[in-house]
Amino acid sequence: MAMWLEFLISLLIVVSGIFILVGSLGLLKLPTLMTRLHAPTKATTLGVGGALLASVAFFLGGERTLSVHELLVTGFLFLTAPVTAHFIAKTYLHLYPEERKTLPVLPEPQQGWSTYVASRSPRADEQQDSPHE
Amino acid sequence: MVPEKQSQNFRQRWLPHPLLTLTLVVVWMLLLNSFTLGGFLLGTVLGVLIPIATSHFWPGRPLLRAYGKMMAFLGIALWDVLVANVMVARLILFRRPESLATRWVAMPLELRSPEAITLLAGTISLTPGTVSSDLSADGRTLLVHCLDAPDAEVAVRDMKSRYEARLMEIFP
Repeated sequence: MAMWLEFLISLLIVVSGIFILVGSLGLLKLPTLMTRLHAPTKATTLGVGGALLASVAFFLGGERTLSVHELLVTGFLFLTAPVTAHFIAKTYLHLYPEERKTLPVLPEPQQGWSTYVASRSPRADEQQDSPHE
Repeated sequence: MVPEKQSQNFRQRWLPHPLLTLTLVVVWMLLLNSFTLGGFLLGTVLGVLIPIATSHFWPGRPLLRAYGKMMAFLGIALWDVLVANVMVARLILFRRPESLATRWVAMPLELRSPEAITLLAGTISLTPGTVSSDLSADGRTLLVHCLDAPDAEVAVRDMKSRYEARLMEIFP
């Protein structure tokens, strides 16, 4: 393997390691659940992304094979990380009802945040006037 | 939905979601990690069967236009993820947690299609420092939690101009 490639791969691994470490440090240091929720989104994006890039570079340069599983891992992470964060945030809003007072107040015609208001989906009214062709 | 069945033409019946079919085939090929004809055929069969089997759960077809703009949006989002990563890393390492201006912000939405709103909320969550947490009951406002936003109005304006304006052009 070429020297510069080894340097590149090492650099990617070190950078991703640093970001995962900082993400974990954030989990320790930040005071509340909602602030701690910000730490893992960071670790999954740059931390895992760097490691995956390093893996692609290693297989491409060292083993002379194109490995594409890493792309899939990235794709699935990017799809699932926001959903998990959303679930945790909603659970938090349910578990700590006193937090409701700190949420921004919506302008008058709107009924409130969907976590607290049971309501039909935003699509329900559109669906009726545009049946799919 | 049932009385419409007869009027459905061939493509709508067998390929209800052409993009989903394409995505499934590509994902299947990526999973195999090598190209074989048998693998491709099996992927195509799955790519046709799965959208048909799930089409009742997904009656509407999200209209996409401007694939070039979609790519530009992905590029911008990736770049923002990089920049925001570094910024949040600095917040965690060098700022005392008490000094962070942590707040909820309400972001009024102009987007109406659920797919577009999902994409917007996902992008906001992936960008470190902001997590989209809830939607208003009528789907017109997004609740975003900011790790450090000294000015709520600026934070909302940034997200709107950077992501929502571009998504408006992609989703009709």
